[in-house]
Amino acid sequence: MNTVVQARQLGKRYGRRRWALRDCTVDIPAGHVVGLVGPNGAGKTTLLKLAAGRLEPTSGAITVLGGPPADTPGQLARVGFVAQDAPVYTQLTVAEHLRLGARLNPRWDAGLASERAARFGLTPAHRAGRLSGGQRAQLALTLGLAKRPELLILDEPVASLDPLARREFMQGLMEATAEHAFSVVLSSHLVSDLERVCDFLVVLVDSRVLVAGEVETLLATHHRLTGPRRDPGRLPAGQQVICASHTDRQSTYVVRTDAPIHDPAWTVTPLGLEDLVLAYLDRRPAGDPRTPLAVRP
Amino acid sequence: MIEFYLDTRSGVSPYQQLVQQVRHALRLGLLGEGDQLPTVKEVVAHLAINPNTVLKAYRELEHEGLVAARQGVGTFVTATLAGTSLAAHGPLRLELRRWLAKARRAGLDEESIEALFLTTFRTPAQEDIA
Amino acid sequence: MIWLTWRQLRGSAIAMAAVLAVIGAVLLLTGPGMAARHTAGLADCAAQSTCLQFYDRFFGDYDTPFLAVSLLVVLLPAFAGLFWAAPMITRELEAGTHLLAWSQSVTRRRWLAVKLGITCLLAMAAACLCGLMVTWWSGPLDDSAPADLALVAPLVFGARGVVPMGYAAFAVALGVAVGMFVRRTLPAMALTLAVFAAVQIAMPLLVRPHLMAPVTSTFEIGPANVEGISVDRDGGGTPRIRLKSVTPGHPGSWVLANGILDPAGRPLADDGGGSAVPVSTTSGPCAPGAAFGACTTEINRLGYRQRATFHPLERFWPLQWIETGIYAALALGLAGSSFWAIRRRLS
Repeated sequence: MNTVVQARQLGKRYGRRRWALRDCTVDIPAGHVVGLVGPNGAGKTTLLKLAAGRLEPTSGAITVLGGPPADTPGQLARVGFVAQDAPVYTQLTVAEHLRLGARLNPRWDAGLASERAARFGLTPAHRAGRLSGGQRAQLALTLGLAKRPELLILDEPVASLDPLARREFMQGLMEATAEHAFSVVLSSHLVSDLERVCDFLVVLVDSRVLVAGEVETLLATHHRLTGPRRDPGRLPAGQQVICASHTDRQSTYVVRTDAPIHDPAWTVTPLGLEDLVLAYLDRRPAGDPRTPLAVRP
Repeated sequence: MIEFYLDTRSGVSPYQQLVQQVRHALRLGLLGEGDQLPTVKEVVAHLAINPNTVLKAYRELEHEGLVAARQGVGTFVTATLAGTSLAAHGPLRLELRRWLAKARRAGLDEESIEALFLTTFRTPAQEDIA
Repeated sequence: MIWLTWRQLRGSAIAMAAVLAVIGAVLLLTGPGMAARHTAGLADCAAQSTCLQFYDRFFGDYDTPFLAVSLLVVLLPAFAGLFWAAPMITRELEAGTHLLAWSQSVTRRRWLAVKLGITCLLAMAAACLCGLMVTWWSGPLDDSAPADLALVAPLVFGARGVVPMGYAAFAVALGVAVGMFVRRTLPAMALTLAVFAAVQIAMPLLVRPHLMAPVTSTFEIGPANVEGISVDRDGGGTPRIRLKSVTPGHPGSWVLANGILDPAGRPLADDGGGSAVPVSTTSGPCAPGAAFGACTTEINRLGYRQRATFHPLERFWPLQWIETGIYAALALGLAGSSFWAIRRRLS
């Protein structure tokens, strides 16, 4: 299967010390809507910028659509990028934004642009600075879609939008993916934003990729087991513990396994996507006791 | 034409919800042979969901022989689930109403009625499997 | 990209053009009249040999507009760097719109090249136009100006000829480079102004005198180069001679060093109030009541000479081109650092 983004031990360090992304290895197949989930500051924006060619990796390698994400017009034309908070030129009108897109992109789809502008109430003569947050996001998305990229990257596209605008934004995005075959990578710190739209998920925590895979496969291979208290060491070899919690009587595990679970002692319940991600976020490295929350001077 | 909806809290995956809603509409006679299902683009634009989810649901329905895709036109219903059972709906509903009235008279509240119904509904099913 | 850059600069470029057009019109209307008065006055004074007085009177009538237009030429490049170049980058960085621009199929290098190039060209065109207009207009005045406002003197040099174009290129490149590194509008503007002002002050004081080897010559002492003679009663009656910053026979030169040599060729000390020349003031030509000219003739006869290190007026254009070249090189260096920054630092 074609990969749109392939990262190998990818790392990015800002300044001397701060690693924004470290040892990131991930393959993102083509034809998916990929959700990049993680808490704020996990390195999502850095990974997206590396994929868009905005940043140069400090270590490792990344290929996007089969080539290095170089700063060349050819590669730029194939990759769309909608930055966080959907920046637009406040002094320019909607029409001027579309003109900008038409002039700067070889594969510009003027029909799509004007159709979307009309549908989302983007009056051509209005200055972009006067648009509502949702309309601004739609304008930025229109520019990203009408350039007809093979891969569209969106950095926290709905984080600053109200629920209605969020839904409209996702509707527009999904409609475009249904109509034109292209891959999408979008990030969010909220799983709920991505639950319906993503069929591939990458969870990024503390600048590392914790899990990546097709949503369906992830949901099929992760289970919550509840039952009498039991040591993790006594679980079958094929079951990888994602997170565990115990009371004196009861144990609750979230495990990843390809095989069905037959043990009658367990009550097995399926996990939703959000619970699955939370299980990974909750995970602490083995042997590392939960550090209590403390305010440091 | 039917309109889909999604219940995000149901715990049922979106594609299964779509499949169920088509089946349901077929059973209730809302959809009949020759009716067109919404296009993938329409569903996606309406629900803001991944197009692959809709495609998967439609493929499953096709696999079950309920619908067929016509290239470039859309997806059409080819079978019906209503059939003879539709005629029985009226009397059965009437009986159910009578039973509900009886239950209320016996002092059951809404929750108790629902619990009673569900446990009774599920018990024979489990016995059948066993 | 050219369209976008032009669209963003359009407003201020048109405003600038309008201001220049108004100034141009004013200069065009007043210039010929002033030049005619100058020509007529020169013809007049040559006949009566009162040209020094004519120069003073003529320049005195126009000194305010002279300073105003000169100041305008000096400030225009700073204005371009401050209000065009620095915010051009930082506004985009602050609003995040550079990300929108870079999301189009345009490389960052091209984005910067077009922005920098167009702004630079516009600023240079404005500065060049303004500089040449003012050079043309003030021709008669430059001819009549006192020594410290001579064409090649620091105060006027930067407001004439082609060098404003170099300043403009430098100011824009500086504004852009500072914007790249500082990333915030107000600090970037402040830093641009500070650096530009520092360079503009350092240039005439420290660099320009050495751009060409200055000429050192000795001149006879006479009314042309003596500002005044004072006799200090406490100083034993020795007269002190103050020299003008002029070089007899080389009008309009830029005097870098000036002093009096004694008959043996040693420089006399000058405490700012003049140099003491040991010549009798109790009797002879320098005695009180004697003619001013007689005294200077006497001093000259004794072997005292003016020694001046200077750039003659003829060096105006060579110096202009050299300095323009230096600023162009500085501008290129700053542009290079901007391109480095956009590759390495911005994202």
